[in-house]
Amino acid sequence: MHVGLEQYLTVSFLLFALGLLGVIMRRNLLVIYMSLELMLNAANLALVAFSRFNNKLDGQVLVFFIITVAAAEVSVGLALIVALYRRRQSAHVEDLTGLKL
Amino acid sequence: MDLVDILFYVFAALTLGCGVLVIANPFSRNPVTSAMFLVLTIISMAGLFVLLHAFFLAAVQILVYAGAVIVLFLFVIMLLDLKAEARRKIKIYGLIAGLVSVGAILALFFKNLISTALNAGSSPTIEGTTEALGKLLFTGYVLPFEVVSVLLLVAMIGVILLSRKNLE
Repeated sequence: MHVGLEQYLTVSFLLFALGLLGVIMRRNLLVIYMSLELMLNAANLALVAFSRFNNKLDGQVLVFFIITVAAAEVSVGLALIVALYRRRQSAHVEDLTGLKL
Repeated sequence: MDLVDILFYVFAALTLGCGVLVIANPFSRNPVTSAMFLVLTIISMAGLFVLLHAFFLAAVQILVYAGAVIVLFLFVIMLLDLKAEARRKIKIYGLIAGLVSVGAILALFFKNLISTALNAGSSPTIEGTTEALGKLLFTGYVLPFEVVSVLLLVAMIGVILLSRKNLE
């Protein structure tokens, strides 16, 4: 079967689903962060595939910005996790129930 | 089936297989293993980018993700010393909620994919080289480019502020 846009989108959807499953299922904050990265990467793959098969370069510029914002987001998020770990001695979502009634 | 198609299936299988091992590794619950498989996922995804003729983005993907982001993850894992919570069970209702929501969103995606007529008949001619992307970045997208640089500065200041010892 010739590889077209549909095949790339299928891979992107499955990768996004994997990331979502990881965010919901796992209880470790760091692994949840890695799953978020998977979801961002799935969106990147879909954008690059659309850009390729529509003959427009704009999608790739958007991916460039997404990578930049993801890097900033990871640095801030990991700094938050480290600050949280210093106060609570845990990086586990079930121990972080300060907002629970 | 020519070489490009075979390579697509190889890289897609590698991406998805390593992605599964990031979120649910049957042999190890260690975050370091997840980070290592995330590196493999990202590298095989860079292979997919090369197959899509996005050469610059493939290089950036490896440099930024496999180079910077994963190193950051590994540093934080090293700082946190997570040995005590390596062996917690995955809750069964968490698994059920995850599978239901993922199934719903996948059904939504594939329903749209099947019902939409994608005009994939035209032959793609675009090349995501550094020159083409840079030209577009510094002409049409120069304002977002500057805004993103400010965002990086803000993130840097925020991280320095957050990681001070006496955080109020």
